[in-house]
Amino acid sequence: MASIAPPIRPPATLPVSTLGIAKRTLLKFLRTPQLVVLGTIQGAMFLLIFRYVFGGAIGAGGLSYVDFLVPGFITTGILFSGIGAATGVAEDLEQGFVDRLRSLPIPRSAVLAGRALADTAMQVWGLLITTGIGFAVGFRIHGGVPDALAAFGLLLVLGFAFEWLFITLGLFAGNAQAAQGMALLVFPLTFVSSAYVPVQSMPGWLQAVAEHQPITVMVDAVRALTQGPAAETLLGHSAGFYVVRSLLWAAAIVAIFVPLAVARYRRG
Amino acid sequence: MTPTIEAVGLRKRFGKTVALDGLDLVAEPGQVLAVLGPNGAGKTTFVRTVATLLRPDAGELRVAGHDVRREPQAVRRLIGLAGQSAAVEPAMTGRENLELVARLFGQDARSARANSTRVLAQLGLADAAGRLARTYSGGMRRKLDLGASLVGAPRLLLLDEPTTGLDPRSRIELWDAIRDLVEQGTDVLLTTQYLDEADHLAGRIVIIDRGRVVAAGTPTELKQRAGRNVIEVHVRDRADLAAVAAALAAVDHGEAQVEEATRRVSVAVEAGTDRLRDALRSLDAAGATLDDISLRPPTLDEVFLALTGHTAA
Repeated sequence: MASIAPPIRPPATLPVSTLGIAKRTLLKFLRTPQLVVLGTIQGAMFLLIFRYVFGGAIGAGGLSYVDFLVPGFITTGILFSGIGAATGVAEDLEQGFVDRLRSLPIPRSAVLAGRALADTAMQVWGLLITTGIGFAVGFRIHGGVPDALAAFGLLLVLGFAFEWLFITLGLFAGNAQAAQGMALLVFPLTFVSSAYVPVQSMPGWLQAVAEHQPITVMVDAVRALTQGPAAETLLGHSAGFYVVRSLLWAAAIVAIFVPLAVARYRRG
Repeated sequence: MTPTIEAVGLRKRFGKTVALDGLDLVAEPGQVLAVLGPNGAGKTTFVRTVATLLRPDAGELRVAGHDVRREPQAVRRLIGLAGQSAAVEPAMTGRENLELVARLFGQDARSARANSTRVLAQLGLADAAGRLARTYSGGMRRKLDLGASLVGAPRLLLLDEPTTGLDPRSRIELWDAIRDLVEQGTDVLLTTQYLDEADHLAGRIVIIDRGRVVAAGTPTELKQRAGRNVIEVHVRDRADLAAVAAALAAVDHGEAQVEEATRRVSVAVEAGTDRLRDALRSLDAAGATLDDISLRPPTLDEVFLALTGHTAA
C-alpha cells in the first residue's frame, strides 16, 4: 500500500516552539504541588530563622539586620531555584523527553531557550514571594522606588545568567540525582559571601574568598540599591560600582556556559 | 520509488564499543520492517541514527531520499519517534501532550486540536484525554507515546521496542493499534527483541547482531532458512516420556528434547510430513497415549540460533 505524502507545511517557528516548551516546563512545576509548596515553605522558614534566631547576634553596621539580610536572601533564592532547573534538565535527558524534542523539526535553540524562559518566569514568582515575606518581617526600602525596581531587574538578569550554569550542569550530570547533588554545592557557596553576614566578620582567608566571589557582589548591588546611602557607607562603594560588577559577572557566566550548554545539547 | 530508508555501511562507535559495524539496510515504502536482535545488537543505535539523534561515524543514511547528515530538518519533518522510555510529560493531560507535539510540528492551534482528537480516538484514549498522563497505566502511556509520534502525520514511524515491559494485554492492544496504522499507509520501522512481535507485525524482518545485518527476509522465509521443522508430541502419562522420546528419536536419527514439566517431547526433522507419518507409526508401536501431536515450523528463536550460532539474549 502506498504511503501518503505529508502535507507541506512550514515548520514551527522559534517563538512558537520556545513558548510551547516553556509552557510545558511551567505546567510541570505548577502541577507538582510538592515543588511549589515545599520551595515556598523552605524559603520562608530559613528567612524567619535567620531574621529572628540569628538576627540579634549578627551585627550589620549601620543597617538593621532585616534590611541587611533580605537582599541576601532574595539573591541567593535566585540560585536555589537553579537547583530545580539542573535536576529537571537531567531528568528530561534521562527519560527520553529530550529525545522526542530533538527528533522534531523545531529550531535547535528552542529547547534550551524554552527552558530558560520558563525558569526565568519561575524566578520572578520566587522573587515576589521572598520579597513579600521580607516585607512581612520588617524589611523596608530606603533607597527610592526607581532603585528598588532596578534591583528587581538586576536580579532577573542575574537569575537568567545563573540559569545557564545550572542548565549546563544538568546536561553534563548524567542523571537527576547527580545533577541535584552537584547543584547543591552552591549551598555552601552562598554562605561564604556577604549574603547573611558582613564579609568583614569572617577570618582573613575566608574574607578574601568571599570578597571576590560573584554572589557577594550581586548581593551588595541589591543591598545598595534597596537601602541607599546607608548601605553604600557600610559597603564602601556606590550602588553603581556593585551593579557594574554584577553585570560583568553575569556576562562572563553567560559567555562561558551558554556555548557549553548548546554544544552538549547538540552532541546528544 | 524512493526507498523509505537506505543505509549503506553505517558505522558508529561509542568509545571502545562498536554499536554499528557496517550496517546495510533498505526499507521499501508500504511495509513494516522489523529489526530483530538481542540486547546490544545495535537496534536502538540504528533507530536513533535514523531519527537524527546520533550522527553516524561513517556510511550513508537516507530517509525518503534525504541524507540525515545534510538535511536533518527535512528528515525530522517526515518521522515520528516512539521510544522505549515513554517520553510523555506526566504533568500534562493526554490531550495537552499531543497538542504540544502537534504545535511543535508546525500545526496551528486548530489543526493541532483536531489531529490530537483524531489520534486519541484512534488509540482508544479519548475518555482519558482530559486526565493527567501520570494517572495513566503503563499501557496507556505507551499508547500516548505512540500517539505523540503520530500526531504530526509522519511518513515513517520509528518504534523502538514498543512493547518492552508491558503486560500481555497491553501488548496485544498496542499491536492492534500498530496494525491499524499500517493499513492506513504509514511506513513503520520497528525494533524488537521479541520474536513473536516481529512475526506478528512485520512483513519483512532484518536480523542484526553485533552491529551488522546477518539475515533478512519475510518471517516465513527466515523460518524456512533455519531449516528443520519440528514434530512435537504432548504425552498423557509422564511415565511414557522416555519411551516416546526413544520412538521419536528413531524417526530421523535426531535427538529428542524432553520437557518434563509440560510433558512435551520434540524432535527436529527433515521432510516434515513424511516423517510425521513415520512418527505416528513409531509412537503407535510404543503404545503411549498422546494428548496432541503436531508438526510445526521452527520458532524464530531457533532461527536465530541457526543463523548466528548463539541464542537471542
